[in-house]
Amino acid sequence: MSTPSNRMPASGNVNGGGRRETKETLFIDAITEALREEMQRDPNVFMVGEDIGTYGGAFKVTKGLLEQFGPERIIDMPVAEEAFTGMAVGAALMGMRPIVEYQYADFIHCAWDQIVNVAARIHYRTRDAVPMVMRAPSGAGLRAGPFHSQSPEGWFAHVPGLKVIVPGTPWDAKGLLKAAIRDNNPVVFFEHKYLYRRLKGPVPVDDYACHIGAAKVQRQGTDVTIVTYGAMLQTALAAADKAQEKGISVEVLDLRTIYPLDKIQILQSIAKTGKAIMLYEDTRTLGIGAEVSAIIAEEGFEYLDGPILRVSSPDAPIPYSPPLEDYFLPQVDDVMAAIDKLSAY
Amino acid sequence: MQVKPLELGTKELMDIYYLMRLGRAIEDRLNLLYKGGKLPGAIYLGTGQEAIEIGASYALEEGDVLAPTHRDMMSQLPRGITPREVFLQHYARANSLTHGKGEDNYQGDLRRGTFATVSMLPNFYPVAAGAALAFKLRKEPRVAMAYCGEGATSVGDWHEALNVASVHNLPVVFVVINNGYAYSTPVYKEMKVANVADRAVAYAMPGVIVDGNDVVECYREAKKAVERARDGGGPTLIEAKTMRMRGHAGHDSATYVAKDIIDLWTKRDPIVRFEAYLNEKGFLNEDSKKEVIDRINAMVEDAVTFAEASPYPEPKEAIEDVYAE
Repeated sequence: MSTPSNRMPASGNVNGGGRRETKETLFIDAITEALREEMQRDPNVFMVGEDIGTYGGAFKVTKGLLEQFGPERIIDMPVAEEAFTGMAVGAALMGMRPIVEYQYADFIHCAWDQIVNVAARIHYRTRDAVPMVMRAPSGAGLRAGPFHSQSPEGWFAHVPGLKVIVPGTPWDAKGLLKAAIRDNNPVVFFEHKYLYRRLKGPVPVDDYACHIGAAKVQRQGTDVTIVTYGAMLQTALAAADKAQEKGISVEVLDLRTIYPLDKIQILQSIAKTGKAIMLYEDTRTLGIGAEVSAIIAEEGFEYLDGPILRVSSPDAPIPYSPPLEDYFLPQVDDVMAAIDKLSAY
Repeated sequence: MQVKPLELGTKELMDIYYLMRLGRAIEDRLNLLYKGGKLPGAIYLGTGQEAIEIGASYALEEGDVLAPTHRDMMSQLPRGITPREVFLQHYARANSLTHGKGEDNYQGDLRRGTFATVSMLPNFYPVAAGAALAFKLRKEPRVAMAYCGEGATSVGDWHEALNVASVHNLPVVFVVINNGYAYSTPVYKEMKVANVADRAVAYAMPGVIVDGNDVVECYREAKKAVERARDGGGPTLIEAKTMRMRGHAGHDSATYVAKDIIDLWTKRDPIVRFEAYLNEKGFLNEDSKKEVIDRINAMVEDAVTFAEASPYPEPKEAIEDVYAE
């Protein structure tokens, strides 16, 4: 498991089942559909960002939206993340529901001040809602180097007043984006760019929204739980397949929402398996895995049959060269090593 | 919508005089309370800036929105923020506009068209531009106005906001109160340009310099900019030249400002100047002045008493309202 293409097993599609009518949809198309449907549904929804109009966005997520909704609702902005994030706050306070697109999650940092000091600090003081969504393509695996690969969800999850979502499937990408647009709070929505055109899965054809703050068991198991989210869901599922060959039953819990965290499902799964692996693409120290580990240690200690293990990226910037990036990113073998270690308990 | 005239009549002029006097009285009282250790937090006073504080925001109409900084409490008085609300905010009481959450001078009320600011300046320049964008998208004849000091013009947000507002031709008025100092940093350490307004050229919008101690001029130029914005003419940058007559905050005695500079600006006191103007016009005499001041003093007394008698929030409210429903 060393190249990015290996990270996406053919069996990576999840969320199927049930009698609901679905359509196989690419991760990126699920997002575009959510944007289109919500803009059709609510005239207050509009988008700002760089190159989102004629060009269709850096990743073409907004392709076709300008033609459908016009330049008054698909608004190209100058290279000014602070300004157009602050403007989204102002428009939201005036009753609009703006969606901000950042070209890469790495560039959402340029708007840090407006997100943290303005957007997240309004309702607490004046009880005025700030309904806005900040969409940012995050994640590594594309040989994009230190400035186009980051997973900054942990920083934003640490800011009271923000909700943070990282979907791992097309189903959830669409359903959670719709929920985010309908939410009355500033929501940071990270779209793993590696999944955009590589992950296809069933998406309901009817109108639906997922519940923000609910995790989802993507694979049932009894021996060990992997808590993960985003593109690492695919790595977890691949590891679970491999473990099955060895007779180890792995449960995969997809957080889907980073804040608020679904404590109940985390603890339920650990109560069942007694063993916990945190798998996350963000750097190790003070990442989401650290927080989930703390929750388990504080509230699920008696369920544990072994140590809580973290499989994550190391505390380093994300390197460009393929062997460096592959070493940097958590791989299926790393997860297997953690599973094997826990099997000894 | 009641549209105020460009040339103000007696009623409006006396209204402005009342608001300037009210602002001064509130700030004088806050200063005393702070020095006496009665307030839990800090004070950021705009004393000496009454002309631009009130003159510019007075040009807004109902439905317009104002984004002040925490030195611009006085700019909120024409929006209907009351003395009681100002003192409740400083006293951190449960019934303040930010429920004891926002600090000292950070009151606001969207329904009356004035935001509750943050400390990072000029972060509400983009926010005001965003409100203006909403007005433009919905084709509403409304205008946003944002205030900041000259120090905040060194920040990227300031330039980004002016640029975007110009590119999108937004109905917004940017007011910069150039009061000589950003905390202890004088203007010449803050910028190389002679005037903040000179920067308007870079954003293809009008840059207007006003005597920040002449309330009639402040109002007139703000009024022109507001109506230009309302008519689809886009943003304007207004620089008001004035002086910060007290320290950056209550703890700061501002010994870094030469005494003769303060003396010079004391002679230019905007309220004294406006009184002379009103006197000359025959709108104000010693009796009517006393009447205004007495009325204001009674209001301020009432506000302090009311705030002191108001309850603190319940401790557990500290974790409430982090999120909207």
